[in-house]
Amino acid sequence: MAITLKINGKSASVDAAPGTPLLWVLRDHLGMTGTKFGCGVAQCGACTVHVDGAPTRSCVTPHDSLEGAEITTIEGVEGAAADAIRQVWVANDVPQCGYCQSGQIMAATALLRDNPTPDDAAIDEAMSGNLCRCATYMSIRRAIKEAAALG
Amino acid sequence: MLMRDLGIIPAPKVDGTGDGPSPYVNLSRRGFVGGAGLFVLGVTLAGCSSYVEPVIDADAFKLPDPGASPLTGVKGGDATPSLWIAIDKDGAVKITCHRSEMGQQTWTAMAQIVADELEADWDKVAIVQAEGHERYGDQNTDGSRSVRFNFHRLRVAGAAMRHMLVAAAALYWKLPQDQCSAKGGLVSNTKNDETLSYGNLAELAGRLAIPAEADIKLKTPKEWRYIREEIPSLTVPRIVKGDSTFGIDVKRPGMVYAVVARPPQLFGRVGSVDDTKALAIAGVLSTMRLPDAKPPALFQPLGGVAVVARDTWAAIEGRRALEIAWQDGPNAGYDSEAFAKQLQATARRSGKVRRSRGNVGAALAAASKRVTAEYYAPHLNQSPMEPPSATAEWDGDRLECWACVQDPQNTRDTLAEALGIPKENIKVTPTWLGGAFGRKSKPDFVIEAALIAREVGKPVKVTWTREDDIRHGYYHSVSAQYCEAGLDQDGKCTAWLHRTVFPPISSTFDNTLAEPSDGEMSMGATDVPFAAPNLRVESGDAKGHMRIGWLRSVANIYHAFAVQSFAAELAHAAGRDQKDYLLELIGPPRMIDPESEGATYGNYGAELAEYPIDTARLRNVVEKASAMADWGRKLPAGRGLGIAVHRSFLSYIATVIEVAVGKDGTLRIPGVWLAVDAGTVINPRHVRAQMEGGTIYGLSNALYGAITAKDGAVVQDNFPSWRLMRMGEAPREFKVEIIASDAPPGGVGEPATPPAAPALANAIFAATGHRLRTLPLIGAEGDKLKLPATKTV
Repeated sequence: MAITLKINGKSASVDAAPGTPLLWVLRDHLGMTGTKFGCGVAQCGACTVHVDGAPTRSCVTPHDSLEGAEITTIEGVEGAAADAIRQVWVANDVPQCGYCQSGQIMAATALLRDNPTPDDAAIDEAMSGNLCRCATYMSIRRAIKEAAALG
Repeated sequence: MLMRDLGIIPAPKVDGTGDGPSPYVNLSRRGFVGGAGLFVLGVTLAGCSSYVEPVIDADAFKLPDPGASPLTGVKGGDATPSLWIAIDKDGAVKITCHRSEMGQQTWTAMAQIVADELEADWDKVAIVQAEGHERYGDQNTDGSRSVRFNFHRLRVAGAAMRHMLVAAAALYWKLPQDQCSAKGGLVSNTKNDETLSYGNLAELAGRLAIPAEADIKLKTPKEWRYIREEIPSLTVPRIVKGDSTFGIDVKRPGMVYAVVARPPQLFGRVGSVDDTKALAIAGVLSTMRLPDAKPPALFQPLGGVAVVARDTWAAIEGRRALEIAWQDGPNAGYDSEAFAKQLQATARRSGKVRRSRGNVGAALAAASKRVTAEYYAPHLNQSPMEPPSATAEWDGDRLECWACVQDPQNTRDTLAEALGIPKENIKVTPTWLGGAFGRKSKPDFVIEAALIAREVGKPVKVTWTREDDIRHGYYHSVSAQYCEAGLDQDGKCTAWLHRTVFPPISSTFDNTLAEPSDGEMSMGATDVPFAAPNLRVESGDAKGHMRIGWLRSVANIYHAFAVQSFAAELAHAAGRDQKDYLLELIGPPRMIDPESEGATYGNYGAELAEYPIDTARLRNVVEKASAMADWGRKLPAGRGLGIAVHRSFLSYIATVIEVAVGKDGTLRIPGVWLAVDAGTVINPRHVRAQMEGGTIYGLSNALYGAITAKDGAVVQDNFPSWRLMRMGEAPREFKVEIIASDAPPGGVGEPATPPAAPALANAIFAATGHRLRTLPLIGAEGDKLKLPATKTV
């Protein structure tokens, strides 16, 4: 049975099996492949989206639990925090392969929105759920501080 | 959304018969303009407000047949400009990248090299990813050699086209060529104020003869404008918008999705399968038995049962519902814990001599002090964040694949063999790779997609789940090593014995092979740079029970761990400072030739004459890194500095690590200081990123990484039983210094990994007095080092 989801401010009709995680609805049904699959068990953060503003692991979130919720993905995230994060990510070439970076950017954007001047501990706390095998951690930490300094 | 729309796959689609030029050039091999005919540019160029660029009608020049390309055989391969560069009439410069982009920024680096010699306007440069084809020469993106292999020929290709553009402008202006010059996408002359844009000149230039290499003037390093510069990445602006296409992101019209249930053991088989419950899952379309894998492993798929569905989740759910009775294979008895004891026992016995100098036995007998140590390092998994994924489309005769592969040519060859069709009927285009680290050199997952696509008659995307990636990999080899040294009365090392035992990668390709190969021995064992008058390197045989494969820096990982840990152990035994003693072990500046002492030495495929083992460069990075770290400074209790130096992939890296170890064994890493001499550097940003990333990759493996096996099957299944370093565990500070050098370019993707583990272990020893010789140092759980009850004597 089709249900309607609100993604990046737009309504999308989805006809997926009950319980199908949002990740696969985004990727396979809606063609929104910016949100990545990394582990399927909420351990790596590659699939991070915002649900009503909160960073959420889409790989373990049934899509049919999200009717009426505001879902934001890497393709649609915007606002001052997102702009600042994207700006410093590009200026510093933070990503290497880039695969985990959708999740990193979603996590960092939520952090900066809620805490405009995060210290190391706050950055570690917010970002430790997002694995990066290229190990861009040093760059991410520096860039978040730079984004915070942009005001 | 098609790949083509994202610019990953070029339009127009080519026929793939294999004898054409770059895929986006629909002209003869000679041409490099996208489409024939006159194009009226009529723009006003910046800075020349009163000047309108004249329109060049290439047909008005009656030109002789330009003849064959004289640049097909330059060092590194074919440098024919049309193979690498296409200039559109609007001035867009499209550069073909034949290497796979996996985060090392090869797109940007290759473009920097070509665009520099071409004198292109960087803002007009775009990349086209090459399909897998012999015309590009080697495309195997491993071994940290994309720059090294292609630096010269891509410079020649760019410069050749610059010459042709200048020649075209000279022809138009009726001026001698030496009165015309190219800069930033324009040709100007010394006679008038006119300029001609590359876009306007391209068609005429494409009809001129390609200059011979001897007639091509390469720019001097002083004239470089992009090489060595911190040019921003060509991929990152897309990544931050989620507009990136990795293998797992490919979409084709009518595509279905598949996952595969594979036998838990290598060469295990499907006994029987009941797919009734799987087929009852909503969205599951069909199942398919894949052919059983037979030794040797090669790049073939592992067999099992595929589940095809309308989305990935349904396929995963369907797989969960399969009822399969697996039959044991020949590796059912493999137990990595028992195997470790076998390896260690082998390491304690004399082995095959792979390099020898002087008389180690006599020197050990005469030594004032003998030191021995044994090291162990487990299997590892590459685990790129994007697991293997491939999409295949079969039209009854021809196969097209898009996949995150490091080597599209071996993918194509392997597909041809697996499907029994000519490779001319197969097209393989690499997508971006969401990390690779050696895993994606092996195209087994692409073969799976092709077999399933041929069966179901629809485009199929095969996705490996993380469990698949961890349980069914090509693992970094497990190793046991034995080291023994003799010291004289002054503590000077007079004898060095290093014995290494590990299942070789060659066992994956011939399951009877158990002897470590010369290539693996060349990675940190037979090229040991120490000056001890008596030195012997030995190997011991070990059989493979899993697929053994390349992982970032390969055998250098365990060899550097043993050699550089043991160097620090000798310093301790001699009562000397770690860094001073390391320099003494290395000895005076000189060139080392392992072959003069009986080794068969690979030197990463390079000539020693061009890329020597130069101990002066090794010493220099040691001095530099220790100065950066303020080596010798006083540290509070529980803190320590460790150093390690290693040459691999023709680059020299020294790493100093500071650790802080709590009384209960909790570990923090306050700082890392790294000096790298990689010869000529294309982009310092890329080098710094690889130094940080390669080091943390090594630290992650050393602290947490272990793949183990029971009853022939891998025990770990996902994060966190296979654990990776996280942000909060990463070093607090990381400083990189790149040594300025005019030497030929070395590799940078891999060589930062080997020194990480020994520098860490040496730091832990300095902080605690505990010498840790078995990896991993922490394991999958917790944050405490496995410290023994008593300190190391």
